[in-house]
Amino acid sequence: MHRGKGMKFVGDSRVPAERKPNIPKDYSEFPGKTEAFWPNFLLKEWMVGAVFLIGYLILTIVHESPLEKKADPTDAGYIPLPDWYFLFLYQLLKYKYAAGDYVLIGTVIIPGLAFGALMLAPFLDTGLERRPSKRPVATGLMLLGLISITYLTWESVVTHDWEKAKTQGKIVDVSFDENDPGYQIYQKQSCVGCHGNTLSGGASGPSLIGTGLKPEEIMKIAKEGKPPGMPPNAFKGSDEELKQLAEFISKLEKK
Amino acid sequence: MLQKIYDWVDERLDITPLWRDVADHEVPEHVNPAHHFSAFVYCFGGLTFFITVIQILSGMFLTMYYVPDIVNAWESVYYLQNEVAFGVIVRGMHHWGASLVIVMMFLHTLRVFFQGAYKKPRELNWVVGVLIFFVMLGLGFTGYLLPWDMKALFATKVGIEIAMTIPVVGPIAKTFLAGGEIIGAQTLTRFFAIHVFFLPAALLGLMGAHFLMIRKQGISGPL
Repeated sequence: MHRGKGMKFVGDSRVPAERKPNIPKDYSEFPGKTEAFWPNFLLKEWMVGAVFLIGYLILTIVHESPLEKKADPTDAGYIPLPDWYFLFLYQLLKYKYAAGDYVLIGTVIIPGLAFGALMLAPFLDTGLERRPSKRPVATGLMLLGLISITYLTWESVVTHDWEKAKTQGKIVDVSFDENDPGYQIYQKQSCVGCHGNTLSGGASGPSLIGTGLKPEEIMKIAKEGKPPGMPPNAFKGSDEELKQLAEFISKLEKK
Repeated sequence: MLQKIYDWVDERLDITPLWRDVADHEVPEHVNPAHHFSAFVYCFGGLTFFITVIQILSGMFLTMYYVPDIVNAWESVYYLQNEVAFGVIVRGMHHWGASLVIVMMFLHTLRVFFQGAYKKPRELNWVVGVLIFFVMLGLGFTGYLLPWDMKALFATKVGIEIAMTIPVVGPIAKTFLAGGEIIGAQTLTRFFAIHVFFLPAALLGLMGAHFLMIRKQGISGPL
């Protein structure tokens, strides 16, 4: 690289005016079948990434991400469960000598020692040997940690009441009385075709649950329609029936 | 045309060395799965980074709909999941990515550990890596509350109760995380801020240091 006297710059800047040839290094001098990161190896990584992304997207589409009902702090009977990668820490606190009077053992001492040792591994295992079989203490401790994490997670999963977990947080659709005269009218009219049997809406009509509308407003929509989807004069019946229907829909609340 | 624009910028700013410095480094034979299939174990770090990028992108799109307050948080997630076009995919990717990134990071950590790649001169990179692991767990913990559904609220309650048992630090941590006595409105906004600003900032800084060190030192040699 040219330094010092005789250097030319672009204007009064510090950018050298002399262009450097833009040639990648020759890797033939390195041992083995070394290759350039850009673009040779990056292309291969790109392909691995694409295959991984396909699996990732399939997982996303097959298993919709869960959503339970809105948080209700008054529900005392709810059995909590953290995300799966915290289960081993959670399970640890269920054992006698890691809970109650000994809770510090479960919350501070054991996790502190384990994660502390993990963080300081290079300073604890200072030998020159790198093969796992040649450093039995480090390998053994890590295997012990892995077995403990697997066992604790396993125990946590098998002791959890999954049946109850499935129902306890479920989003409950609004419950309504199917014998309500309002609902009877709803079913006889064309409303049901678009807004659905459960009033929860569909492809061509929105949900009628928790609209926040007053009966008068609903009566108006049923008579005059609501662009773009709702046609005018959709309701065909007496004013008395219309009133009952409007009052029924107006009362529907989201849980 | 593009070449001309590039040359125009390069003449003034000399940008070639910047990207050539990133591009020009050798990939040794022993980490290349094209030569030794068993070298696929070296993919886990890269995949962790890949998922992290997806998490950042999907998270950016989620915040276009998500509202961090206890009245609207759940409603906004429900809307995102059921009404927004492809909302279920974006939320799904963020949800599953959170698990996958832990899995990939775990495998990457085990690879480095069992190969003894953390030994001199790479001690500092290992420490930074473990810190990244902690930041990721923190992102998982704070992100779990945000949908404000039943499991979110109660898991966070338990988590903070556990933190409370730690002497001295516990109560301070609780005040910092919960923003008061109860797990409520304050907690949700705090977790949102921590999840979206504080921890990602720490993560990007640590990852920058992680990559800088690996480029400086090169990948550890074969066993």
